[in-house]
Amino acid sequence: MVGGGVRKPLDYEELNENVKKVQYAVRGELYLRASELQKEGKKIIFTNVGNPHALGQKPLTFPRQVVALCQAPFLLDDPNVGLIFPADAIARAKHYLSLAPGGLGAYSDSRGIPGVRKEVAEFIQRRDGYPSDPELIYLTDGASKGVMQMLNAIIRSDRDGILVPVPQYPLYSAAISLFGGSLVPYYLEEEANWGLDFANIRQTVTEARSKGITVRAMVIINPGNPTGQCLSEGTIRELLSFCYRENLVLLADEVYQQNIYQDERPFISARKVLFDMGPPTSREVQLVSFHTVSKGYWGECGQRGGYFEMTNLPPKTVDEIYKVASIALSPNVPGQIFMGLMVNPPKPGDISYMKYAAESKAILESLRRRAHIMTDGFNNCRNVVCNFTEGAMYSFPQIRLPQRAIDAAQSAGKAADVFYCLKLLEATGISTVPGSGFGQKEGVFHLRTTILPAEEDMPAIMSSFKKFNDSFMDQYDGYGGGGSSYSRM
Amino acid sequence: MAAPAVAVDNLNPKVLKCEYAVRGEVVMHAQRLQQQLQTQPGSLPFDEILYCNIGNPQSLGQQPITFFREVLALCDHPCLLEREETKSLFSADAISRATNILASIPGRATGAYSHSQGIKGLRDAIAAGITARDGFPANADDIFLTDGASPGVHMMMQLLIRNEKDGIFCPIPQYPLYSASIALHGGALVPYYLDESTGWGLEVSDLKKQLEDARSKGIDVRALVVINPGNPTGQVLAEENQRDIVKFCKNEGLVLLADEVYQENIYVDNKKFNSFKKIARSMGYNEEDLTLVSFQSVSKGYYGECGKRGGYMEITGFSAPVREQIYKVASVNLCSNITGQILASLVMNAPKVGDASYASYKAEKDGILQSLARRAKALEDAFNNLEGITCNKAEGAMYLFPQIRLPRKAIEAAKAAKKAPDAFYALRLLETTGIVVVPGSGFGQVPGTWHIRCTILPQEEKIPAIISHFKAFHESFMAKYRD
Repeated sequence: MVGGGVRKPLDYEELNENVKKVQYAVRGELYLRASELQKEGKKIIFTNVGNPHALGQKPLTFPRQVVALCQAPFLLDDPNVGLIFPADAIARAKHYLSLAPGGLGAYSDSRGIPGVRKEVAEFIQRRDGYPSDPELIYLTDGASKGVMQMLNAIIRSDRDGILVPVPQYPLYSAAISLFGGSLVPYYLEEEANWGLDFANIRQTVTEARSKGITVRAMVIINPGNPTGQCLSEGTIRELLSFCYRENLVLLADEVYQQNIYQDERPFISARKVLFDMGPPTSREVQLVSFHTVSKGYWGECGQRGGYFEMTNLPPKTVDEIYKVASIALSPNVPGQIFMGLMVNPPKPGDISYMKYAAESKAILESLRRRAHIMTDGFNNCRNVVCNFTEGAMYSFPQIRLPQRAIDAAQSAGKAADVFYCLKLLEATGISTVPGSGFGQKEGVFHLRTTILPAEEDMPAIMSSFKKFNDSFMDQYDGYGGGGSSYSRM
Repeated sequence: MAAPAVAVDNLNPKVLKCEYAVRGEVVMHAQRLQQQLQTQPGSLPFDEILYCNIGNPQSLGQQPITFFREVLALCDHPCLLEREETKSLFSADAISRATNILASIPGRATGAYSHSQGIKGLRDAIAAGITARDGFPANADDIFLTDGASPGVHMMMQLLIRNEKDGIFCPIPQYPLYSASIALHGGALVPYYLDESTGWGLEVSDLKKQLEDARSKGIDVRALVVINPGNPTGQVLAEENQRDIVKFCKNEGLVLLADEVYQENIYVDNKKFNSFKKIARSMGYNEEDLTLVSFQSVSKGYYGECGKRGGYMEITGFSAPVREQIYKVASVNLCSNITGQILASLVMNAPKVGDASYASYKAEKDGILQSLARRAKALEDAFNNLEGITCNKAEGAMYLFPQIRLPRKAIEAAKAAKKAPDAFYALRLLETTGIVVVPGSGFGQVPGTWHIRCTILPQEEKIPAIISHFKAFHESFMAKYRD
């Protein structure tokens, strides 16, 4: 609308349509309703987002000591500092302060502090056995910002398609909407442990192309979110071959690489597999890998620390990405230090090593136990089937909603799984995210919860869920159906 | 193998189009020269690179405010609060402030994602700080804490720009975040020129003219950016001027985007900072009359905490459905970093008379601000004393933006080197003295005029040497290229 006169400058109708299209269920309807109920005094268990510290997981001691010292360097001058900080934390704080001229309060290099990027490169090299170039590692305010930057660079118009797994973490769908691209979904096969079906994926790409979409990139989340599956080396190879043949850049979201709860398929990075495959694949396939301090056993979500590593991107592309990074000036420096500490933690022999190792082990072992408790708990419920959480932080049970429930949802103007989750919330205070927020096959319903509530609270939470589910199924399914211990006279 | 999936010729053209000179060509060259100084000492006519390109005070030796850092350290490692020794290492009011802040965070979990607008208790503190500053109430629900002010600016551009026919009014010269963000979001930058001859003044009649011009070209102008105090120009707007701007936005239906990150950097006694919110409310305008977004940051002022990436936008005059959209976009990134959030609440609620840390806090603050004022004056005078250079006063912010009347021969030499004349000058300055400035073309200027932006941030004891090296360079440059 052109012209002056009196009018409201920003009516809803006049907003960028792409913004309106964005959906991000993780903090959407269920979360907002849960927050409302919390304000009214109801006890809410927030399992809607992978936010470990919010559910009682304690921060690791060593990084907090180091960052506190970096924050207040005058402490280092105090003769009593050794009374409350271990010597290795003091040394490490001095190390990071020497890498960051101006300390925590100065903008760093727009790509992140060179010394920290070097630590990240060394970590990648140790992990994968292949050298990594710090110049191709950019630190970001959380991995999400890196994902946004990449998708923004790739997407030119709605004719650019991005292959995204379904179900997916809805950052991807939100970002694609925001940047005006096309989401090309590829379905993970729930019955095959959320596996990839390459025949289907090839078909999907062909269909997209026939509609005039140029498929540019493929997103893979490994371990999966919300699905938790850990990819085998063979599957990653197939993925990379696929990207090679179809000329796609692979965007490998590997933020849960430390969260592995089974031993059959340990984490293996896409980059390692790529280089194992040798030329020409290893030289041609473009890959961007993402990592964060928010997950793993660190769980430092609030620090907003992340990085992406670029492999096989042409120098001019890297220059453009650097240019865009420079507009944001620099990622936050404390978050960068957390990243340095995460990739370069205390080693055996260091004063803080024992405590660090014990804290880390305790968290990981507990997560593994909770993954089992939750999976088993869901599988014990009527009309609920749940794949095991092999990795990441979530459980994504399938709820076989009876037809009457689906009808009731429709009358209430809600998607069926939203209806279920709202009822669950109101009955139990458990705040989940409906499966529709992540994508699922038509007519198949899920919810996503986290495995993060404290271990001692788990039995009560699972029994509260079971009680609700039993009564929901009784209401909408009558009696009958397998797996329920409830009997009706 | 086909052309690579991601190469420059198939990147998003908006990414290719945008530019950001503050860390652009001259700075990259400086970084190369800095490397050279390390690997081949003595190979250049200077010993160090002096970065005067970016408002990054602590990188040049400015010290952080002790009280703020004490509180942040305690929040980073709350276990310290349980130790007896802490009482001897930290001031009592820092301990109590940290305790209060942690109490407002569920579980004292500073490592958890917060509410997507930022921790409620911190927003309450910021709202209280805004209210105390302006004398008009502020609402915690209107505040969005962001990783620095810049992400808030991007969010607004994203919301406002639908296509290339949506225009955003920007001052020329401007801080190039605005031009870059508009380019990234595919909109049209509609310039309004600040008048160098009147201390970078803003005439509403000019605004009207540019608006008509844009509209006649089919541009739908949606918002007006005002940077006050100005960057790179340093002027502090007169109240009268501010009232004219507010009225203009109300009458023309424009969103007022008020970049107020330098609100604590004022160096003249005859001007003071008035927030646009205060001006609007004092004119009797409320939420129905004006849609206003006010940006603040922890990066500037006397605190200079750039690396923390803390800031907020206060949004008023938006309808509920629009506010929901803003919240939704904020939620995709989950939340801004918690340290930055805490710092924003400290900046807007600094120690007061009677607090244990007040005296030392005040001394640190005054020391920094007075030194900035002295440096601004010293550099301004120095520039004005050079042939062909005139420099408006830096009433506020952190920069000087002298105009350099480049001789014709210099302009021709620049052309031959395929550089903009002011970039040519800036590169020669760098190569001769190690001083890094940003060419005026990075900010926009009246065509045919040339400027450089130089910060006032180098340490005070380095200023005389900078002035003398600059003078020597300029004199030799003019000797070479003088008509």
